[in-house]
Amino acid sequence: MSLKDKLSELRQRGLADIKQSSDLKDVNQVRVQLLGKKGPITEVLRGMRDLDAEERPKVGAFANEIRDDLTNALTQRKEELERAVLNAQLAKETVDVTLPGTPVAKGEPHVIQQIVDQIEDLFLGMGYQVLSGPEVEEDKYNFEMMNLPKNHPARDMQDTFYITKEILMRTQTSPMQARTLEKHDFSQGPLKMISPGVVYRRDTDDPTHSHQFHQVEGLVIDKHITMADLKGTLQVLAHELFGDKFDVRLRPSYFPFTEPSVEADITCFNCGGKGCKVCKNTGWIEVLGAGMVHPNVLKMAGVDPDVYGGFAFGVGPDRFAMLKYGVDDIRNFYLNDVRFLTQFTKKG
Amino acid sequence: MKISYNWIKEYLDLNVKPADLAEKIERTSVEVDSVTTPSDGLKKIVVGHVLSMVAHPDSDHLHICQVDVGEDDPLQIVCGAPNVAAGQNVIVALPGSRIADNVKIKKSKMRGVPSAGMICALQEIGFSEDVVPKKYVDGIYVLPADAKPGDAVYDYLGMNDSLIDLDVTPNRGDMLSLYGTLHDLAAIYDKPLKLDRPDVKETGTDIQDQLTVHVDDQLSSQYRMRLVKNVKLAPSPMWLQIRLWNAGLRPINNVVDITNYIMLKYGQPLHAFDYDKFAGEDVYVRTAKAGEKLTTLDENDHDLDETDIVIADEKAPIALAGVMGGLSTSIQDGTTTVAIESAVFEHDHIRKAAQRHNLHTDASQRFERGVNQAGVQEALDAAAQMMTELADGEVQVGTVVGSDNVPDPAVIDITLTHVNAILGTALTMDQVTHILESLGFTVAVSGDKLTVTVAVRRNDIHIPADLLEEIARIYGYDQLPATLPTGRMTMGTLTSKQRLMRATRHSLEGLGLNQAISYALTTEAKAQMFMMKASEPTHLAWPMTVDHAVLRMNVISGLLDDIAYNSARKVKDVALYEQGRVFYREDGNDRPSEEEHIAGAITGTLMPESWNQPAKAVDFYQMKGIVAAYLKDMAVNGDVTYVPNADMPEMHPGRTADILVHGHRIGFLGQIHPLVAKQFKIAATYVFELNLQAIIDMPKQENQYDVISRYPAITRDIAMLVDDDITNDQVVALIERRGGAFLQSVKLFDVYDGVKVPKGKKSLAYTLTYQDKHETLVDDAVTQAFDKVSKRLEDDLGAQIR
Ligand SMILES: [Zn+2]
Repeated sequence: MSLKDKLSELRQRGLADIKQSSDLKDVNQVRVQLLGKKGPITEVLRGMRDLDAEERPKVGAFANEIRDDLTNALTQRKEELERAVLNAQLAKETVDVTLPGTPVAKGEPHVIQQIVDQIEDLFLGMGYQVLSGPEVEEDKYNFEMMNLPKNHPARDMQDTFYITKEILMRTQTSPMQARTLEKHDFSQGPLKMISPGVVYRRDTDDPTHSHQFHQVEGLVIDKHITMADLKGTLQVLAHELFGDKFDVRLRPSYFPFTEPSVEADITCFNCGGKGCKVCKNTGWIEVLGAGMVHPNVLKMAGVDPDVYGGFAFGVGPDRFAMLKYGVDDIRNFYLNDVRFLTQFTKKG
Repeated sequence: MKISYNWIKEYLDLNVKPADLAEKIERTSVEVDSVTTPSDGLKKIVVGHVLSMVAHPDSDHLHICQVDVGEDDPLQIVCGAPNVAAGQNVIVALPGSRIADNVKIKKSKMRGVPSAGMICALQEIGFSEDVVPKKYVDGIYVLPADAKPGDAVYDYLGMNDSLIDLDVTPNRGDMLSLYGTLHDLAAIYDKPLKLDRPDVKETGTDIQDQLTVHVDDQLSSQYRMRLVKNVKLAPSPMWLQIRLWNAGLRPINNVVDITNYIMLKYGQPLHAFDYDKFAGEDVYVRTAKAGEKLTTLDENDHDLDETDIVIADEKAPIALAGVMGGLSTSIQDGTTTVAIESAVFEHDHIRKAAQRHNLHTDASQRFERGVNQAGVQEALDAAAQMMTELADGEVQVGTVVGSDNVPDPAVIDITLTHVNAILGTALTMDQVTHILESLGFTVAVSGDKLTVTVAVRRNDIHIPADLLEEIARIYGYDQLPATLPTGRMTMGTLTSKQRLMRATRHSLEGLGLNQAISYALTTEAKAQMFMMKASEPTHLAWPMTVDHAVLRMNVISGLLDDIAYNSARKVKDVALYEQGRVFYREDGNDRPSEEEHIAGAITGTLMPESWNQPAKAVDFYQMKGIVAAYLKDMAVNGDVTYVPNADMPEMHPGRTADILVHGHRIGFLGQIHPLVAKQFKIAATYVFELNLQAIIDMPKQENQYDVISRYPAITRDIAMLVDDDITNDQVVALIERRGGAFLQSVKLFDVYDGVKVPKGKKSLAYTLTYQDKHETLVDDAVTQAFDKVSKRLEDDLGAQIR
């Protein structure tokens, strides 16, 4: 058997051994057996002394080739086995991805707050200021400057929490409008404001009445404000809060502080306008009151009604929330059952 | 007010269904509460003629009737009504019929006797007890003699009419009448309106010889009376009774019914007196005198107030003017001479009288809002005419007039330019003029200007804005364009206070607390808990309940109410915060000042228990972590320190800390006192409350960039034994003060006071981190600094370094 044939056979056997090695320890053993100082290749190379000078380099090159082949095969086998070990390890680490995630503490904004924020953001975007006034008000700002003098029939003492004859819990957030109107410098631009906040009425709490609730009132005063602007603004509000499909209609109404006064209805949520029990078959639901600011209100605040005018509106976030989510008891908003509070998670 | 569709159609040629008419009214005039047809839901209810009647053998009150219902054979019906009798025409609910409240009537047996249907009372076919004629309240109703057996009863009783219930706003008193409504509808539908006018036949002698009235015209701007003699009291004809009960009024007798009918038709309340009961021939309209009393015709006694307007004869008040007549002069069996009053009473007096005596009547409701002052005589004449026609009365010659101040109609100038400028429309002069004229106003046009003379009945129209409303609503709000305000730009931005308040909410929600909104009105005791400063409570003058009687001076007590509410419903883990106002009042001030506060409360666990995370009850340090994280979020500029406070009565004396920023107290945190928890019936609860306004007002740190050192940091740990009363703050402060130039941070990593340390001592362990920003620190420098600080700890705090 020539050296070359020996080498070829060596390679054959070596590759087979490598292939058979089943773990890293095996691989290492095979490496030492094949390529070690006492290994067969070394031995074969030792036999080169007996070759003629012409053959020697050829066999030497061949031997090196075989050594490289075996080395590569050993490396490859080692990597294969390492990979298998890793794979086995990863397989052991498999988790049940359907187990619940570790809980984190996360609180929710109150549903009324969410609606107020939404209204605020809408009107901020249209250039309105947000102004919140005192909750304990003077009769003057809450009623008189709203064109509700002391003996006005629409002013029912029974409905108001008085503290003294002149001091009361505000029944609306419009006193802030009177306060702002009084101070506003129209040479600096129009007045566009909303006033959100808590208001109070002397009511017995029941599913549809609460002695404490929320209001957002809006006011725009400038030289050329029209009732069409009011209609457009209310439409934008309805679309923002409820969606583009919702239409707004105005109906005549009566408020002492506006003339003309209107009530605004929006398309019924429940039936989309076809008529149902919720909307008493009208297809419409009353959501807010509005109107063109009464000249007396402007006059009392020192604004010339012959030059300036505008509109005002008032919405009830509690009522909105009740309609939008079908909340059947207004007291839910103030009793703060966490199972209630955490239901309203969709922001924006 | 319920207005009859059929009645409207007698005057206006309208080709619209009742529901559509109602919708139009709602969108153009006043709100509509409902549209109802009384026969709706009823089935197989017919006229029956009682042929014969015998007593039931086994009952002392039931009768067995044979009733002709227009079929070949009569029906046998057992009836328990006391007033049923042979020969009557009655209301029969046939077998298989439906009566009120969707009740089905079937053939049955009553005490062994078969009964094929039911003879009905009006209440049983849906009439309100309030409108059923007194005679029939406790029994069946008897139909007119000419009713035809077998016919449906609905038309005989006016039940096929549609009734539109108007919810009239306070300004639209004119809509509380048929005529007022007709005027609006004529304008809405642009139809000519022809109203009938009374035609009184006067006989007998001059009323002036029989009656004199003395009127204070400050109380009654118009006061008129007519006298009708020889009236014959009787039930009203069916058509009149139907008008009344469909409007919600009970038919009484022809004279009284006529006054009510005229009120429905013209909106003018009338009162009919029995003239013969007057003491003397003089009638006075005056205020009541001290001590005077009146029994009204509902048989209630009233102590009169000196601001009540009364009608009085020589002796005593005989009516509470504009509200209700007196019993002594009311129309009774035997009345033959009727004095009819048609008047205008001052609305404020009427409103107060109605409130004071709790008598809100159809009359007072109309006087409060104002009646048509141009129609007082017309209504009186119409009533007199009807008393001739329906009660054979003889109307005496003339009218006595005690006061006669008919107001001038309002005249308002407005320009077309103004109309379009305010409404945002492009109406023409013709359109505007037409609308105003269709309402019965007169209009004179000169160039751009309209001079409008308003009909007197519309007492709500005084200024151009009032006319704008009329034009807009009749033109139709649906036709208004929808635009947005134009003009000079304005910036819409939140103020820094509003931004911080929003950030506060977001921060606390991120830290796991749910936003609560509790009641600001609470009990006197709760209002004064957890006080952060001295203040007087503010009481409501007339609270509805003691639970909501006083303005809160803390936010926590409301949150504890919320926790109690949850706890009572078995919700044990509750984490809430609330942002809201507290109300502090100085003695001597009526009005409190309002301060924004932020408070939180946690009971149970904050982090929900889970398969891989055990429940951990909230403790002081968890709440402190939340407060600290929140204050860091708010970028409060200044040292935040926590100082024990054992003196708050509602708080655990050993687990409460005041929160100080720069030495200034802004709030507190800790565990509520176990006795307070017991009082609220809740478990251990940790709370905090901060003066949010103080945080808003504080200077804030600006964000700034600090170079991150490229040079490695060196850490050293130090553990020490100190006396129990040495606080972490003291140790950290000393280390920071004496730690040398390169000390970057001190971090507590262990606290131990278990069995392995001597009694009265505790072990504290800290990691000190050193770093030089400009070069690599040498170990020696750190060792030097560390040894120095260790020595100071031993010397100053008596620490044993371990
Ligand atoms: Zn609907």
